[in-house]
Amino acid sequence: MTKDNGIIIRTTNLVKIYPLGEQSITALNDVNLTFDRGEFAGLVGPSGSGKTTLLNILGSLDAPTSGSAEVLGRTIENLPHKKAAELRSHHIGFIFQTFNLLPVYTVYENVEFPLLLLAMPAAARRKAVLDALEWVHLSDRAKSRPAQLSGGQSQRVAIARAVVKKPELVLADEPTANLDAENSHAILHTMEDINRGLGTTFLFSTHDDKVIQHIRRKITLVDGRVAKDETIAGR
Amino acid sequence: MIIPKLAIRNMLGAGAKTWLNAAVLSMAFVVIIGVQGFYLGFDEEVSRSMIAAEYGGGQYWVGSYDPFDPFTIVDAHAAVPAPLRPAIEAGRAVPILIVQGTLYPQGRVFPALLKGIDPLQKLLALPAEVLKPGDHEVPALIGQRMARATGLKEGDVVTVRWRDARGTFDAREILITGIMTTTDGSIDEGQVWLPLETLREMAVMPSQATIVVTAPDSGPAAVLAGWTFKSLDFLLQDIKALIKGKTVGASILYAILLFLAMLAVFNTQLLSIWRRRKEIGTMMAMGVTRGRVIALFTFEGGLNTVFAALAGALYGIPLLSYLASHGFSFSAKQSDSFGFAIGEKIFPVYSAALVFGTTFLVFLITTAVSYLPSRKIAKLKPTDALRGRMS
Repeated sequence: MTKDNGIIIRTTNLVKIYPLGEQSITALNDVNLTFDRGEFAGLVGPSGSGKTTLLNILGSLDAPTSGSAEVLGRTIENLPHKKAAELRSHHIGFIFQTFNLLPVYTVYENVEFPLLLLAMPAAARRKAVLDALEWVHLSDRAKSRPAQLSGGQSQRVAIARAVVKKPELVLADEPTANLDAENSHAILHTMEDINRGLGTTFLFSTHDDKVIQHIRRKITLVDGRVAKDETIAGR
Repeated sequence: MIIPKLAIRNMLGAGAKTWLNAAVLSMAFVVIIGVQGFYLGFDEEVSRSMIAAEYGGGQYWVGSYDPFDPFTIVDAHAAVPAPLRPAIEAGRAVPILIVQGTLYPQGRVFPALLKGIDPLQKLLALPAEVLKPGDHEVPALIGQRMARATGLKEGDVVTVRWRDARGTFDAREILITGIMTTTDGSIDEGQVWLPLETLREMAVMPSQATIVVTAPDSGPAAVLAGWTFKSLDFLLQDIKALIKGKTVGASILYAILLFLAMLAVFNTQLLSIWRRRKEIGTMMAMGVTRGRVIALFTFEGGLNTVFAALAGALYGIPLLSYLASHGFSFSAKQSDSFGFAIGEKIFPVYSAALVFGTTFLVFLITTAVSYLPSRKIAKLKPTDALRGRMS
């Protein structure tokens, strides 16, 4: 773990319980974790282990049932909707398994979207979008629509969209699940480059071995608990 | 400014779907503006027609005269007031004497109002020149409706009976010297126009009249003993009320059209929210607040009006301009069915107030209709939306 850059995420006794009729499902059970700035870490584990739930809480898309999650100095459980939206728009980028590109927008417009929310001036916005497209090697597809892209290209657009505002934290939920091996490695290399180049913290949820080959910290979740937290040396 | 920008982007990006909605809504636009413009034109035309043929700039009525009470007519005559005579001599006022009578066309009995008018008058759009007295019979002018009802035609001689000022019944032959085509039924149906001086003589009402029609620009009315001035506002009030009634009837059509168009917008919005829930979740994940998502969807709905206005302008402007310049033709029979006088052609009037007022009204309704389904978003959890579920 990188200890010298400062903690940007801290969870304390984090619990998330989903009611299911008269019963309930415990998705996260007493999760205590910290993440430092610049980490390239993965939450691994089988389906239903609580990976996505933890990412959603850290991304302020959901609130814990009990315990605490502190992200970039904000306490998620106490964050009003507007403040949560502000946290996401300014500091957090998301990458989804199914890319979630806005279908009627071009590649350029998709990448530009987060910057429009920040009300960035047009010239700076244009430069940032073109830079982001260059990071993901898609400058030549700026005018394409998502439907005209391959899965790998779509996910690269999603990465560009997540990092274009240079967020401190990128949360990637199964980013390679819909990609073949070649594309998976390519986008992971891209994300590693951005992580190293911009110092962006990446946190993945995955059960894909290809991702595990790239991450520098692997947290294994089983039934909502942290079963193992290991740093992978040499990466 | 981000919401309008995104909304425009989304609407244009949606392509054919947007334009299909716009096309449906534009039809409602064009029909509403078209029919409203038609009634506005109607209003203007009817007023113009009745002013030209009957009302002039207003009328002086002899005290007891009430056109809706036939019992008043027998006494509704008096000497033309001296202050009006210079205007009459100058052709800026026309006295009309009204006497009750009976026609006997082909042995039938037909009640009629005998109206005396100066054959030389030019103030009213009435072919009074055919009433210039001949050698033998009294010349008479009737309208085409009266001709149809009585079976009379030009050149026919018919017996007319009346009661004079002294209460004596008398009868005489009159010669139909003209049948006028007029869209104003109120100078036609049940009426026979005779030369004023002849009628005065027949009724023993020398220098008398029942009404005096003034020229449209006669200025303020004089106060005359025994006479009451009836302004155009008064004379046209029934017509205006009738047109208003017809306009209200047309409003039902607008309501149905608008309802159908709004149903399309409402459905599209509902479907759009359902289909785009993952997109909504993605936007929320990127930091768009629920309020802004609702605003975005509502604005998109409202934009339907703007696109509809553009689509409507494409075919509506040429179509309505053509109708405004060429007008609608009506036969006398058709115009009778309206219950008031209209010209041979109606020229619709599409005022800026009508076009912009209708656009604004449709925009307001569309926006409100778009807002209703968009409220669902307020209850939507981002995590559910991202999974494509509705909370």
